[in-house]
Amino acid sequence: MLRGGLILVFLSLGFLGQAKKIEVCSTCEISSIKKAVEVAKDGDVIFVKKGIYKENSIEIYKSITIYGEVGTIVDGSNKEGIFIISANNFTIRNLKIINVGISYIKEQSAIKVFKSNNFTIKNIVLANVYFGFLIEKSHFGKIINNTVSSLAKNEANSGNGIHIWHSSNVEVEGNEVFGMRDGIYFEFVTQSKIHNNFSHNNIRYGLHFMFSNNDTYYNNEFKNNGAGVAVMFSKFIKMYQNKFIHNWGSASYGLLLKEIYDAEIYNNIFQENTIGIKGEGCNRINYKNNTFLRNGWAIKIAGACYANIFEYNDFLHNSLDLSYDTKVNDNKFENNYWSEYTGYDLDKDGIGDIPYRPVKLFSYIVNRTPEALVLLRSLFVDIINFSEKVSPVFTPDDLMDINPVMKRIND
Amino acid sequence: MLKILKYSFYDLMRSRWSYVYFAFYLALGFVLLFLNNDVSKAVITLMNIIIVLTPMIGTIFGVMYYYNSKEFTELLLAQPINRNKIFMGQYLGISLSLTLSLVLGLGIPFIAYGLFKSSAIFDFSLLLVIGSFLNFIFVALSYNIALSTENKIKGFGYAILMWLFFAVIYDGIFLISLVMFDQYPLDKFSLIATMSNPIDLSRILILLKLDISALLGYTGAVFRKFFGTNLGMFLSISILVMWVVLPVIRMNFKLRKKDF
Repeated sequence: MLRGGLILVFLSLGFLGQAKKIEVCSTCEISSIKKAVEVAKDGDVIFVKKGIYKENSIEIYKSITIYGEVGTIVDGSNKEGIFIISANNFTIRNLKIINVGISYIKEQSAIKVFKSNNFTIKNIVLANVYFGFLIEKSHFGKIINNTVSSLAKNEANSGNGIHIWHSSNVEVEGNEVFGMRDGIYFEFVTQSKIHNNFSHNNIRYGLHFMFSNNDTYYNNEFKNNGAGVAVMFSKFIKMYQNKFIHNWGSASYGLLLKEIYDAEIYNNIFQENTIGIKGEGCNRINYKNNTFLRNGWAIKIAGACYANIFEYNDFLHNSLDLSYDTKVNDNKFENNYWSEYTGYDLDKDGIGDIPYRPVKLFSYIVNRTPEALVLLRSLFVDIINFSEKVSPVFTPDDLMDINPVMKRIND
Repeated sequence: MLKILKYSFYDLMRSRWSYVYFAFYLALGFVLLFLNNDVSKAVITLMNIIIVLTPMIGTIFGVMYYYNSKEFTELLLAQPINRNKIFMGQYLGISLSLTLSLVLGLGIPFIAYGLFKSSAIFDFSLLLVIGSFLNFIFVALSYNIALSTENKIKGFGYAILMWLFFAVIYDGIFLISLVMFDQYPLDKFSLIATMSNPIDLSRILILLKLDISALLGYTGAVFRKFFGTNLGMFLSISILVMWVVLPVIRMNFKLRKKDF
């Protein structure tokens, strides 16, 4: 009994002794992070005290925790990348990392993670970096509450904020990304979640999504990005409660969907984008309870979009509600609210008695002859739209909302 | 000339129609702002109305005033006054009173709803400037028509047709030619076609100032590049000025030979 207790005490002492805390500061015994990593063993904790550390290429292959305090700055002096990590169960948090140099050969990043499992990157502030976080072939990671920013001027010499490639089960939460090329970039990433992020003022996309199946993103805000958000070549994605705001520009979208199958898009807000949603080759998508407010085009559907369902959405004051390329219609529009609906509801059941046709003749003409857009809001255009509404000739016959709702749905 | 301007201005200011016109804009401004408290959104709605309505009112007022005051004009002509001065006085009198109705009628509600605190003040003043230009242009055009047509009914008909042409038919022809020739590069053509119709030019000038500009895509980029520069702005304003000056010159030319 006594012996057993002693063994337990020794064991626990042994464990405590194993998790060593290494302090790094300019006057300490260990004055660089690189040195600290060298002496550390699996399970150790490195505390980087405040001060500026000019270091590059800190390679970590151990399961350790690195954290700093307010005023801990790692400065890359515009040279190579800073942390390069390949280890399971590591944590890095509370650091400020600045000045990662631009390279046209290597993807230099503030923190690069490859072939790692169970990692946590938390409360890191990145400023003036080339790539922010570069995650490759890693699984079960968390990227939480970080701020990534840079001063990107053009696409060719700027990198992505949070770049994840060939990974799974990653959680990207509560980050703010701005001034990068793409705010958040996913390629071949599965079973992951992106939520509560704020991605704004990036040169290209706020979120860029390629070949990534079974992912969810919600509660994010994408604002003022050069080309909005692009989601391409992916299956089984869920997007909800996101805000796509003010992505203006001649080639800008709130949300670009290309080759997307079986997605769920609901409760999102699309406000003041040139094109709210542009869909190309998108099948079996459910658009539900979204709000389209003051966009140029609320929805633009190019070819090969079949079996999509648009239900309970609000279309409010868009210049053009819907643009349609083909005469074939296999998509269903039902029970939406259209602010331009001029019908009536005699039986007071909240549903308009005559169907609404969201495709106007003018949007059909603009599709064929883009230059005709200079006639937007001309009296003549209003007249031809009206005559087409009365008896459709050019626009798809069966494309209509049979039960348009009379009042706003998602207020 | 100033005296005649003064008389016709006061005459018009006292007339019922000026008040109706003023009251209409006042009501319009208040209702618009009451319905959606957002000043910048109201500016967009207002644009649609100003672009169609101001030319129409200008045209009808111009023709009407000419025919109505014909007897008084003939009386004036018997006096030793220069013809040009009589008609220029009348022309400026109508245009100014219409412009005053427009500016005050819309200005009061917008100021009451906090225009000065809003960022839309520039767009709004552009709207008023363009509305005033349209007044001057269409009154001049209708005066031309009235001067060349003795028959009152014919004169009215021509004036309405002229308005219809600029507001609707022109755009129809424009659109058809865009669709017909869509194999060709059309941005220069559409630029010129827009510039040569005062209503289209005003519409584009306002549209480009508003957020809708990005919607215009590639053509929009050409347009914005052109109108966004100082040269483009200067050119379009000078074209609007030309639209005022040319009809006025023709009016004076016509007057000299006309036998009353």
